[in-house]
Amino acid sequence: MTELIRLSAAELGAAIASGETSAVETTQAYLDRIAAVDGQIHAFLHVAAEKALDQARAVDARRAAGEELGPLAGVPVAHKDVFTTKDMPTTAASRILEGWQPPYDATVTERLRDAGLVILGKTNMDEFAMGSSTENSAYGPTRNPWSTDRVPGGSSGGSSAAVAAFEAPLATGTDTGGSIRQPAAVCGLVGVKPTYGSSSRHGVIAYASSLDTPGPFARNVLDAALLHEAFSGHDPRDSTSVDAPVPPVVEAARRADVSGMRIGMVKELSGEGYQPGVLQRFTEAVELLESLGAKVVEVSCPSFTAALAAYYIIGPSECSSNLARFDAMRYGLRVGDDGTRSAEEVMSLTRAEGFGPEVKRRIILGTYALSSGYYDAYYGSAQQVRTLIKRDFDAAFQHVDVLVSPTTPTTAFRLGERTDDPMAMYLADLCTIPTNLAGNAALSVPCGLAPEDDLPVGLQIMAPTLADDRAYQVGAAVEAALRDRWGGDLLSRCSYAV
Amino acid sequence: MSAITRDEVAHLARLARLALPEDELDQLAAQLDVIISAVAKVQEVAKGDVPPTSHALPLTNVYRPDEVRPGLDHDQALAEAPAVEDGRFRVPQILGEEE
Repeated sequence: MTELIRLSAAELGAAIASGETSAVETTQAYLDRIAAVDGQIHAFLHVAAEKALDQARAVDARRAAGEELGPLAGVPVAHKDVFTTKDMPTTAASRILEGWQPPYDATVTERLRDAGLVILGKTNMDEFAMGSSTENSAYGPTRNPWSTDRVPGGSSGGSSAAVAAFEAPLATGTDTGGSIRQPAAVCGLVGVKPTYGSSSRHGVIAYASSLDTPGPFARNVLDAALLHEAFSGHDPRDSTSVDAPVPPVVEAARRADVSGMRIGMVKELSGEGYQPGVLQRFTEAVELLESLGAKVVEVSCPSFTAALAAYYIIGPSECSSNLARFDAMRYGLRVGDDGTRSAEEVMSLTRAEGFGPEVKRRIILGTYALSSGYYDAYYGSAQQVRTLIKRDFDAAFQHVDVLVSPTTPTTAFRLGERTDDPMAMYLADLCTIPTNLAGNAALSVPCGLAPEDDLPVGLQIMAPTLADDRAYQVGAAVEAALRDRWGGDLLSRCSYAV
Repeated sequence: MSAITRDEVAHLARLARLALPEDELDQLAAQLDVIISAVAKVQEVAKGDVPPTSHALPLTNVYRPDEVRPGLDHDQALAEAPAVEDGRFRVPQILGEEE
């Protein structure tokens, strides 16, 4: 059983296809693993053991009937609790949606099922995807498998912890300001924010609609590409979906070649405030890229220094509008409906009790930024900064094929360390936010352990809009070279490795 | 001078339909003051002649074919309601009583 869960998703898919193992056997191996370790990690909010085995049996039956299935058919996946699932509860880790059973599947959910992926359950997250540590979950935090007194990142921290602890070979996430790349970096995984609009938001519980982007988590670049390809592509049910082919990410992950590529180091995403060990591993990764034949130059993106500020205006503004739907009338929690109170009073009591502190903070911040008298100074200015950041990216991509930076300024911080200091928490997204504001693609790939704490460091590779394949190609080259240097995957050094 | 006062936070909480207790208002006012002071940085960078970007994609009206597709049936729509009466959502009183 240990052998099965050690396999990559690509290997697992091949082993299931060849009959060496079955979807049922694989699913059972992962369910056993979850039963053994999730008590310590708390990656899952809901484990759907019986339904997962039913899905696995269906895949095995389709295969037995001679049906031609995709490369991930029968491979298990952990699904972030922000995606609606009609046969499993969906809470976005909020009390206001406790026990909610959606009447429909998200497009991503539907496509996972169509590809024959087996959904093991729903993973923990920061409430409504607002946070960088998964400590904002109403159902308790998730722990980082590399060191259980550390956070697994966030908001998709349940997904990153599940994959790092070998509770799943693959996981889904959503990235609004870094919520896939940051947890992937601090858990030693590959995580990708695809081009905005190339993965569907239909059935994703909304945080900031102009930024929310579903994407994959995996233990290696090729597996991430396979999952990316499985659930991406145009969706008529998402009005901001891009009607364009999915970039050839799997092919790029297999190509793994950077010779002759031009790579730009973003000057503004390093220096003061960055952990020395993070910068050291980042510098080594850049030297590695040069040794592999890439031409590396320093690029200045001056507006990136205002990205964090712009994001913490735009994100909360959109959230204050999106979360107005939680009105205690049609679904979810209702508090104080005793016959004497008005709908408005019931609504206000329900929202006060159903939302956690960070969600309330962002709703109020967004309400402030959008109120008359402040709108131009805050929301208006933030939108202008967004234009400037886009221009910085456009100018940089005139000269280079991809941009690189550390994914996060520090390695995983300790549980509780930043919960009382929202601004310190927000800094975890410093390097990832520019890509969300501009809408282009970015990937995080492990580039070593920081010497001072032996915790994973991520290299962020940013590519132009709809050139996601470039990020995969560079990521795969780094991964292959480091695997040779280390004699194996970084994750094999994690105490939860099997 | 603080960027935001406790009274302003109380007003915003009312607008956002959040019945916050006194101690939460105090805590929020202090935290929002720090956050708003930090995000005000956008005003230094933004310049008058820069057009705003509200969205990463240059999309205008998007249409899809006008086809009839199955939606939720009555029971599915009501299945997760906090309260149901006579096949409808039961909600607290919305309008004031007419004298």
